[in-house]
Amino acid sequence: MSRPLFEVIAPGLLTTVQDAGRKGFQKFGVSPNGALDMYSYRMANFLVGNRDEAALELTLVGPTLKVLASATVAVCGGDLSPSLNGSPAPRWESFVVREGDVLSFGKCRGGSRAYLAVSGGLDVKPVMGSRSTDLLARLGGLGGRPLKRGDVLYCREAEPAPPGRCVPPEYIPEFPSEVVLRVVPGPQDDHFSPKGLETFFSSTYEVTSDSDRMGCRLEGPAIEHLGGADIISDGVPLGAVQVPKHGRPIILLAGRQTVGGYAKIAVVITPDVDRVAQLKPGDRVRFQRVSLEKAQRELGKYLGKMDPGIIRQRSEKVSRYIIKINGRRFETVVEELS
Amino acid sequence: MKLRFLTAGDRGLMVELGDEVDLAINRRVHALARLIQAEDIAGVEELIPTYRSILVIYDPLILPYDELVERIRGLATEEASSAQVRTVTLPTCYGGEFGPDLEDVARHNGLTTQEVIDIHTSRGYPVFCLGFSPGFPYLGGMSERIAMPRLENPRTKVPAGSVGIAGTQTGVYPSETPGGWRIIGRTPVRLYLPERDPPVLLRPGDVVRFRAIDEEEYREIARLERDGRYEPEIAYGGGEGE
Repeated sequence: MSRPLFEVIAPGLLTTVQDAGRKGFQKFGVSPNGALDMYSYRMANFLVGNRDEAALELTLVGPTLKVLASATVAVCGGDLSPSLNGSPAPRWESFVVREGDVLSFGKCRGGSRAYLAVSGGLDVKPVMGSRSTDLLARLGGLGGRPLKRGDVLYCREAEPAPPGRCVPPEYIPEFPSEVVLRVVPGPQDDHFSPKGLETFFSSTYEVTSDSDRMGCRLEGPAIEHLGGADIISDGVPLGAVQVPKHGRPIILLAGRQTVGGYAKIAVVITPDVDRVAQLKPGDRVRFQRVSLEKAQRELGKYLGKMDPGIIRQRSEKVSRYIIKINGRRFETVVEELS
Repeated sequence: MKLRFLTAGDRGLMVELGDEVDLAINRRVHALARLIQAEDIAGVEELIPTYRSILVIYDPLILPYDELVERIRGLATEEASSAQVRTVTLPTCYGGEFGPDLEDVARHNGLTTQEVIDIHTSRGYPVFCLGFSPGFPYLGGMSERIAMPRLENPRTKVPAGSVGIAGTQTGVYPSETPGGWRIIGRTPVRLYLPERDPPVLLRPGDVVRFRAIDEEEYREIARLERDGRYEPEIAYGGGEGE
């Protein structure tokens, strides 16, 4: 069973349906896709009682959605200033929307991508086991394209999760505009000169505006190859840092092609790929070498954190007040502690 | 078999079987990929076999790196058999509206259009890997006698099934995309249908052959494909294709 939930009044800059991605088809040339910031996506789903259901991925400028039916929703990830009927809506916490409400987004105050999950998950037809949108191959989601004005989004019938479920503060990441990304060198670090490797590990790079779901493109000191940038094309893992002939690195994300022909100097560790997903043009990155052992320990910690058991229910004795001081609106939460 | 194991991040292992584009190496790649697949090793999530290597995506919390390397080393000692190599024949209508660049390719190489067709259909082409877009086969082994550089201005739309030439490579477009290959013909066979299981017709390690057909047969096969009643022409074994 499925019911209409949102009508798209304005689509936002790039809003797509995503889930945990298309698995097992990379050998056929099918990109995995899925949420770029997997952690925020999963938290949003946990809050509304889902596992890996389809949600919306919002980019820098979120959509305006007219609510067609009651549902529990949650917004996690970058701060795109969500609001409900013009008043600030919570982030990292479930809340209820009702027929006639308008859910909209404002200024991007941190990070670049947010995830809007709904109880039961968005209902689009799965393709190769996933509802994720593949913009390049034009498949999945809404006919393989971003949301557009007038679209109606359906959600799957589910027991609505209660409002006020929240991610504890210690589990909410920060989204700084300058990050250090941990990488494991290889598989083709031997295609770079010692000077090239030195440049890579000591320079600060800036995110360019042509970054997209395929990759985060960086501007900065050129990395010197040893005997050319081209390799015999091979498989491309998530987070691979490939360096084409121009010497500037590109970090490959979930929307990447499965096979590539540029030397990969290193691979960003999985937990830090989520941080890459939250960078915006002008943000700065540096790369730090870690051992495989350390990277896999960090992966274990990261996966351990992605557990629905961390979600807390806010006490019943909570009141929210919107107060206005000198024309500025503030949200105040008062919680009675026992 | 000489193997090289390279780290590809916290969840990736690159297994290299050689360092050149070579049919024998590629055969071993796909044979090893099949063996790994058949072992159904807990913790191995996905394999991406390409020209001379396999990217293994795994879960290190289930399967530690060293153990994965040992398992693969153990499998690699088995001899690759060519019995499982599939030869897929793609009926193709050359020239005319389906192959607008056939005459250019002929002129460029000082051949008649029939000679280009004869050369193109005279051998099998190994599928080194799939990539670029869903189901797009990287084919090897085309005769240099029908080679021609890409178009200077790529077309904004190349229909699905178009058979083309780019330099010394030949290929088939599985779906409608922009493209700069010289289009010499079109196959009515669908290489990629997202709803089908599996979604792609060709698999890495297959051999592709082209068979010239006329427009009438093209339309008949296209009709069968549309109705989901087309039986692909697949033969097993042999695999040399030359």
